[in-house]
Amino acid sequence: MEYLINIVLLALLAVTAGAVVRLRNLFAAVMLAGIYSLLTAAVFVILDAVDVAFTEAAVGAGIATILMLAALALTGREQGAATGPSAVGLAVVLATGAALVWGTLDMPHFGDPLAPAQVHVAPRYLEGTITEIGIPNAVTSVLASYRGYDTLGEVFVIFTAGIGALALLENRRGS
Amino acid sequence: MRHHHVLHVVAKMVIPLILLFALYVQFHGDYSPGGGFQAGVIFAAGLILYGLVFGVDRLRRVVPPGVVRGLAAAGVLLYAGVGVAGLLLGGSYLDYGVLLPDPMAGQHLGILLIEFGVGLTVAAVMTTLFYCFAG
Repeated sequence: MEYLINIVLLALLAVTAGAVVRLRNLFAAVMLAGIYSLLTAAVFVILDAVDVAFTEAAVGAGIATILMLAALALTGREQGAATGPSAVGLAVVLATGAALVWGTLDMPHFGDPLAPAQVHVAPRYLEGTITEIGIPNAVTSVLASYRGYDTLGEVFVIFTAGIGALALLENRRGS
Repeated sequence: MRHHHVLHVVAKMVIPLILLFALYVQFHGDYSPGGGFQAGVIFAAGLILYGLVFGVDRLRRVVPPGVVRGLAAAGVLLYAGVGVAGLLLGGSYLDYGVLLPDPMAGQHLGILLIEFGVGLTVAAVMTTLFYCFAG
């Protein structure tokens, strides 16, 4: 059953991605990109990564779609004339894709208990969550306490993004 | 969207629920999926929905852009400040165990505070981005 759901979701992801590339109407492309995020969130739920799924649904399908629509309001709804297929572009995409697939050959199998991610610091965090932090959601304890320094960096990134957008767009109305 | 009565009525019913759900995700992140990032985005989504349905100018009166910018900085400062408080109390930076006599209670307090900082910054920055793009 899970195989079937996985196949359906991945097939829908591929169809949506293809449609986004082919569509000329940017409004429809933004909507499909939101659907793509929602499908990705469903994949994360199947992988038992509910926190990530939550973020993907809220950020990818929600806020990002609205910001893209707002950006369209500043620019235009239709894509400009295409320059036609480019041999260099195709070569770059194929080479990058082949390198990425080649890279996956070295990766541990899905759910491998001996994968580096499972045997490095993860067991220490999972055991310590109950005895040291005392909260049931291990994701929160890793994010906020064990890896608090990284999360502080992420908040700085978001803050910087806000400052950047302000610096670029703030005085637009005056000019 | 001034004359869409259905949108107005539905938005008025849904927005309080979205904001309430954001607060639930914010303060229940220790026990269920969620946390400051998700809560901040959901809270901002509620505000942005208000701006989309009732107009950006009305949203500006509800949450002035200057205040939102201040809150974005306040969230980062709260997060970094909790780390400094840990330093002053004799621990290392962002070690919440020293915040209270009981290390586990200190961890709870630290996580609550920094998650609130994250939520504040994320919600404020998302709203600021909406203001920037919506003009």
